[in-house]
Amino acid sequence: MDTLKTQLHYDKTFDCVQCGYCLPACPTYETMGKETHSPRGRINLVKMVAEGKSGVETLREPIEKCLGCRACQTVCPTNVKYGEILEGAKSVLEDQEKKTKKQQVTEEFIFNGLFTSRKWMNAIGNATWFYQKTGLQAIARKTGMTAMAPLHLDKFEAVLPEVGSPIERRNSPRHVKAKGKTKMRVGFVSGCVMDSMFHQTNKNTIELLSRAGAEVVIPKAQTCCGALHAHTGKLDAARRLAKQNIEVFENENVDYIVNNAGGCGAMLFEYGHLLKDEPDWYMRAERFSKKSRDVTVVLTELDGLEFRHSMNERVTYQSSCHMTNVQKVTSEPLLLLEGIPGITYKEMAGYDRCCGSAGVYNIVNYEDSMEILDVKMEKTRGTKADTIVTTNPGCLLQMKLGIKREGLENEMRALHLVDLLMEADPQPK
Amino acid sequence: MKVMTSAHEQELQAIFGENRVLLEESDRLSYSFDASFGTYMPDAVVQPRSTEEVAKVMKLANREGIPVYPRGQSTSLSGGPLPVNGGIVLDCSQWNDKLEIRPDDMIAVVSPGILTARIDEEAEKWGLMYPPDPSSSHVSTIGGNLAENSGGPRGLKYGVTKDYCIGLEIVTPEGHVMRTGGRTIKNVTGYDLTKLIIGSEGTLCVITEATLKLVPRPQATRTAMIIFDDLVTSGQAITKVLTSGILPSKLELMDQACIMAVEDYKPLGLPVTAEAIVLIELDGHPKAIEEEIEKVASICKEAGAHSVNVAGSGEEAAKLWQARKLVSPAIVRKKPTKVSEDATVPRSKIPAMFQRLKEIRDRFCVDLVVFGHAGDGNLHPNIICDKRDMEEMERVEQAVEEIFKAAIEMGGTLSGEHGIGTMKAPFMEMEVGSIGLDMMKRMKDAWDPNQIMNPGKIFPEPGKKLVLRDE
Repeated sequence: MDTLKTQLHYDKTFDCVQCGYCLPACPTYETMGKETHSPRGRINLVKMVAEGKSGVETLREPIEKCLGCRACQTVCPTNVKYGEILEGAKSVLEDQEKKTKKQQVTEEFIFNGLFTSRKWMNAIGNATWFYQKTGLQAIARKTGMTAMAPLHLDKFEAVLPEVGSPIERRNSPRHVKAKGKTKMRVGFVSGCVMDSMFHQTNKNTIELLSRAGAEVVIPKAQTCCGALHAHTGKLDAARRLAKQNIEVFENENVDYIVNNAGGCGAMLFEYGHLLKDEPDWYMRAERFSKKSRDVTVVLTELDGLEFRHSMNERVTYQSSCHMTNVQKVTSEPLLLLEGIPGITYKEMAGYDRCCGSAGVYNIVNYEDSMEILDVKMEKTRGTKADTIVTTNPGCLLQMKLGIKREGLENEMRALHLVDLLMEADPQPK
Repeated sequence: MKVMTSAHEQELQAIFGENRVLLEESDRLSYSFDASFGTYMPDAVVQPRSTEEVAKVMKLANREGIPVYPRGQSTSLSGGPLPVNGGIVLDCSQWNDKLEIRPDDMIAVVSPGILTARIDEEAEKWGLMYPPDPSSSHVSTIGGNLAENSGGPRGLKYGVTKDYCIGLEIVTPEGHVMRTGGRTIKNVTGYDLTKLIIGSEGTLCVITEATLKLVPRPQATRTAMIIFDDLVTSGQAITKVLTSGILPSKLELMDQACIMAVEDYKPLGLPVTAEAIVLIELDGHPKAIEEEIEKVASICKEAGAHSVNVAGSGEEAAKLWQARKLVSPAIVRKKPTKVSEDATVPRSKIPAMFQRLKEIRDRFCVDLVVFGHAGDGNLHPNIICDKRDMEEMERVEQAVEEIFKAAIEMGGTLSGEHGIGTMKAPFMEMEVGSIGLDMMKRMKDAWDPNQIMNPGKIFPEPGKKLVLRDE
């Protein structure tokens, strides 16, 4: 019982005074309309389960349907550590799970069904990556065979970008000098989704950093940041990955550790928290987290680019939740956007609310995610923008999907901010 | 123990369809609490979207003797929506389809689930204002505000929810639909049932629509922060301001404990040696309030204020108000539980009440901080504690009881704006007397003969005391 209380962070649930200020900020409360799917409701359920007033399974649906966007944490007047409570609940659910025969069959089916898609395979690079890192295990576990129906992978496949060949990716440079004067040395976290599906965006990121005056190293031995593991309750795996990354980047003697994916960045930002109970690692992890920066923050600090090409475009911005609510990076992407000549920036109502992508949420909870996306697209339409800019691969895919769902392919496109910056022909100042 | 059978559940599903009848354990647990104390498991939660649905569910409940608890977003600090005897929670928070502004009549007509702040936002488009502004107005529903007769900082100048509601559509406990009041400011036809229902905390009927009065929106606001070394001096200064011919739109006070907590939480450069900080906001014509804010400043200086800071711009004003906004997060840093009271005293008794609160703090060794709407005597003594510490909570219960006694002895009231609910029910007789309570009970019996409307609220149950401890 006491272990359950500890694992569920029972003591932290008392920080919630149930004032309800999180309700208007929560995208799932908005679309699902039930307190069960609100932050306050979930915290209460965790408390009830920790007190033995209800069984662990009561938590499953409400916790699995949480986007983990952490918008509630930003508005909370009593600083409840919702992220930690959510993570605890996920790890309890993960432990509780015992794979049944039926579920094993499902997993096999996912491999045979899903991974026979050539485009997915090409895009993803290898099957293990997708299985381990996206939490497809979680889907497999969910409800047996019926879980297959709502996967809708064809929908995502249709919006996947064209990717570079595996050879091209393998031959990517590991060290890029600064163009002009070297102002700093940074390490680049290439990420797994970014590096496979959005390889061009990674190339652009490195190029931008170098043109702005940074020497960039891209250590080969780095690995996945562990965010998707942590978010699906696989904390041990997340810690293992974190340690590998910490070690790799320690050897590089860099000023900053730069990433271009809001979700990964949030995980890197929280390595200290992730390894807080391991005395040998805690300080090293904290040092890593303190050096970790989103590319927009570093580009803003470098202030080393001037743009040669005027864009003449109406642009709106969909922020990454983990960048906003965890890393607390909010102004830099807008500063960079507004620095592009010819851009008309049009703010989207609720641009800081989750788009429903949320890691693998849009795959695992497709219908719920699409309801959130529909709300988002209505707001997007309102901006009459030509381009939606994001700063995270998950959000980018989701916005591309939203554009397709609404039949707006001829009027609107979705881009990572660094790709838009590259289009404006940035040159060293 | 459930009070409902599966036949009842099926009947509910026939009324609402399956999606709006919540029977799962995870759902029922999620409607078992509010922002006060205790959890109580309902048998079912229904989410009405029309008056007809409410009428049907009330007929069913009345026939079968099933308790019904109307609820907005459950931000209540007094236990108003708690389903204490099981039964049906009527979640009106999703019923938000109507928000009509009629600028020519200067009224708004709203569904019960509309968020309070949205009414004012909509009114603003027409140059109008809906003044009641509970600090939770961006979360709370108008239905909940009407049931609890909520107030807020603007209460000083503009009054509270009941001062703005001129008509209601309701469903009686027996399932009849009726209207009270109307769309006119003046209306003296018969008993004023509108005012009776507002603040009745869901014990008489279910509110299904409200007609609200709007006022012209003031063109501008000005803010001043006044720092006092001495609490009693601040009370005297407040009295002088309020009797000078100026009526501020807001007048808020933070005591020394709050100031220290805020500075500790987020240093804003507040003077931690000061005993009180008073924030005053004026609204009206820019030229008029320009003159008035200077007058406020000089009155406070003459009354012995340590310093006066008049904000030059809207940005500066927002900075000054930040101190007040940070009180809530700042005070819960030491311990997690916040017992938030709203005992209210006549304005002239504010300094005496502060003195009594200090005595209570010392006598029961509780961590008590005071902030609130000092202009209208509606103080918020907050006791910061840990609800897992049984011994401490017992002292808190005693301290709360003493706070109530003090307020009533000074000619004040148990609750300025949070309502009685479950938490203050044991003290009702202390304020209204046995005959007063009996007359209220008779009204309740006339409206709700089968005692199904929000049982366990307002009226004390024999032998029941304030309990803040989970058993």
